[in-house]
Amino acid sequence: MEHMAALETIQKLEILADAAKYDASCASSGTAKRNSKGGKGVGSTEGMGICHAYAPDGRCISLLKILLTNHCIFDCHYCINRKSSNVRRAKFTPQEVADLTLTFYRRNYIEGLFLSSGIIKSSNHTMELLVETARILREDHDFRGYIHLKTIPEADPDLAHQAGLYADRVSINVELPTDVGLTRLAPDKNSRQIEGAMGGMKMAIRQSKDERKRFKHAPRFAPGGQSTQMIVGADAATDSDIVGKASRLYGNFKLRRVYYSAFSPIPDASAVLPLKRPPLMREHRLYQSDWLMRFYGFAPAEVMQATDADGNLPLDIDPKLAWALKFRGRFPVDVNRAPREDLLRVPGLGTRAVGQILASRRHRNLRLDDVAKLTVSVAKVRPFICTVDWRPTLLTDRADLRSLLAPKQEQLELFAA
Amino acid sequence: MTALQHVKLGTYYVVHMPEPDDFAFWRERARQLVQCDVPPDRVAWVEPGGNGSLFSHGDKRLPVPDDATRMIRASKRFLSIAKNVAHHSDPERFSLLYAMLWRLQSNPRLMEDKADSQVRRLEDMDKSVRRDAHKMHAFVRFRMVGDEEGPEGNGEHYVAWFEPDHHIVRREAGFFVRRFANMHWSILTPRGCIHWDGEVVRESGPAQKSDAPQGDPAEDLWRKYYASIFNPARLKIGAMLKEMPRKYWKNMPEAALIPELVAGAQKRESEMVDAGASLFGEEFEDRPETLAAIDKAIHACRKCPIGSLENEAVMGEGPDDAALMIVGEQPGDQEDLAGKPFVGPAGQVLDAALAVAGIEREQTYVTNAVKHFKYTQRGKRRLHQSPTAKEIDVCRWWHEAERAIVKPKVVLALGASAARAMLGKTVSISKVRGEPMPLDDGSELWVTAHPSYLLRLDGDAKAEQERLFAADLAAVKERLSQLVG
Repeated sequence: MEHMAALETIQKLEILADAAKYDASCASSGTAKRNSKGGKGVGSTEGMGICHAYAPDGRCISLLKILLTNHCIFDCHYCINRKSSNVRRAKFTPQEVADLTLTFYRRNYIEGLFLSSGIIKSSNHTMELLVETARILREDHDFRGYIHLKTIPEADPDLAHQAGLYADRVSINVELPTDVGLTRLAPDKNSRQIEGAMGGMKMAIRQSKDERKRFKHAPRFAPGGQSTQMIVGADAATDSDIVGKASRLYGNFKLRRVYYSAFSPIPDASAVLPLKRPPLMREHRLYQSDWLMRFYGFAPAEVMQATDADGNLPLDIDPKLAWALKFRGRFPVDVNRAPREDLLRVPGLGTRAVGQILASRRHRNLRLDDVAKLTVSVAKVRPFICTVDWRPTLLTDRADLRSLLAPKQEQLELFAA
Repeated sequence: MTALQHVKLGTYYVVHMPEPDDFAFWRERARQLVQCDVPPDRVAWVEPGGNGSLFSHGDKRLPVPDDATRMIRASKRFLSIAKNVAHHSDPERFSLLYAMLWRLQSNPRLMEDKADSQVRRLEDMDKSVRRDAHKMHAFVRFRMVGDEEGPEGNGEHYVAWFEPDHHIVRREAGFFVRRFANMHWSILTPRGCIHWDGEVVRESGPAQKSDAPQGDPAEDLWRKYYASIFNPARLKIGAMLKEMPRKYWKNMPEAALIPELVAGAQKRESEMVDAGASLFGEEFEDRPETLAAIDKAIHACRKCPIGSLENEAVMGEGPDDAALMIVGEQPGDQEDLAGKPFVGPAGQVLDAALAVAGIEREQTYVTNAVKHFKYTQRGKRRLHQSPTAKEIDVCRWWHEAERAIVKPKVVLALGASAARAMLGKTVSISKVRGEPMPLDDGSELWVTAHPSYLLRLDGDAKAEQERLFAADLAAVKERLSQLVG
């Protein structure tokens, strides 16, 4: 009997992990610091999340990322678990998920749990099961590792609130960048409801932070904040649309992250979707643009200036280079004099290299060789900077600069594969 | 130079480190040597087991400074880096640290000069130690010995085998204590071991891989998880190798799967695409742009199993600029034979109701959500079978192509299947009838019952449904008059 039960768990795990693989996020960073000393169970969080393994798709495995069930009463066309899809279905109980989490955690396989679910019976019923799983871990087992709960925008706000009390992070997927796309591909969802739920979460997170300033023992609410995910390539939205939507979401809902997930050809997909996947490179370029906005001082409108005429970011070069090539008048930048904001605009200079340049130039006048020591590729940086011994006289004006700097075509194919 | 008062010209000093990672010991000795103005090229630092005989001529007794309270300069940045560098496996680490400390005395802000080669080397070593520690937090894999039954963490013992690059085992004990405070565990490494019994950390000497347990039943679950969470449509082996280099694989149970996952990925991806495509036939090309092209294409369509039955596709019928489009479910037996929509019994019910409402069928484009007749053979008869949601969704491609050409102002869906083709979801007729719904091309959708439903009823129910059907058609007629004039 015991053998039978074990077999069942492994089959369910296979189905419900497989169903969760389309979620991009596996982050476990940025929550409150905790450890298991003085408690009864296991678990700690120390700020930085840990990737316990990497899959051949290059993605970090930090959390046990599964669905409670892949049964679903919704019929979203891009989703493998849609009601009308012919996938194998399975369902875990909250206790089973809690046990699996602890089994993995004790062996140091994971940082915690990322639990999501198809909608069974009703949104509220499903949300109750998700909350119950977190409750078992936190209360019955005194689990102090990381918990990320995907909350269901259609569920009762009280349930979403309970989720926030147990979880480090909550997330609600906006799914598609445009309302038209959502209506067409996720007919059971509604962007107002999704954004309303995100707004509710924002208020609860802010309120809890305020309370904790005044009362030391006020309960924490989703100390790791909230995030969301957008699917790229399932509808006609351009990169400009997507960047615009992301910046509005960051602004309106104080999101920690917007994740992009390149639409993957999923088994049993619906006919209203493209069967071919969009290039993975597109997802990568969107993440790069996200970094430009979060760490490099680019305004959303400036990222949009980097797009081609069709509203999409170039795939062959990164968005920072694309922007620099369009605004050559802003270059070259003098590495010995320019302010930080200007250095951050130089293609090939990361935040770390800029910090090192700022520190080093107090001690010496930087030469091109010095810059070479601080960057990965001085060839990429050279056309956009001047040093005491270097000035790119003609280079920035060359019409073929883009082709000189773009990676070789074969290389692109390799990355895109 | 006062240095010569203490340091005999040509004297060479040797410091034997008691432990490979003893930063406090190095700091004390280094302070003493700087206070005596001993330049870096006059000191050798030897780690335990290191080759001290090379320096046999060196003096093991260090000079004593005149003023032991003399300030030694060391920036905060240097100290924090030095603490990490002390754990590095490079035998030159302590000499390098001393050289840097020596230079800091005349240039206290030296650490800021990131272009200095010694500063860079220290920074790289610091980074390498921190990375090793981080990978230890990540890649240690405990195996359970004993029994998982009983209260949390008692009765069972978790043991891991790990091979760090640097002398970090003692340094990282705290992380595992904080995380697994209520478990009993041991981490065995070739550089020494640490053990936690819930109370104190105990250290022991180097171990071998064979000292650690060889497996754990939970690893089957973990491997299954690892294989399932991997998305074969996005192979990025370089990204994986960058963060999880091959040297770690041998001690990670899941890593054994990597070669077969990579090899199988392209196959699995093409299977995923094929699984869709086998249902749809080959990939959809661009949408046809004329009704004649659609007519031709649907006859060849085998994108769902219905297309493979003994039947002929039935194209919509009517003006290509009709203001009203009526959509049924699928052709029936008679429609299939005639090659025209709504010519059978249900068609007659529809015609009669249209006449009563004052809608001219000749001015209307009449078509179906599904283009082929789906049936089961019973003797000589072909019995109607409802299309599945999936089949309706597949055929939506053709229907949308028709709608894009005709551009009706009003679409009337007959029955739930037709409504699904328009909305992408299944709706209840009784809930949505009588009110228009906007479609994304700007037209509006009205939904009513399918006339064949009326044929299956009798008595009061039939009368009631006929009344509702007539009322829906009348409402559509009125709306059309408003829109078209």
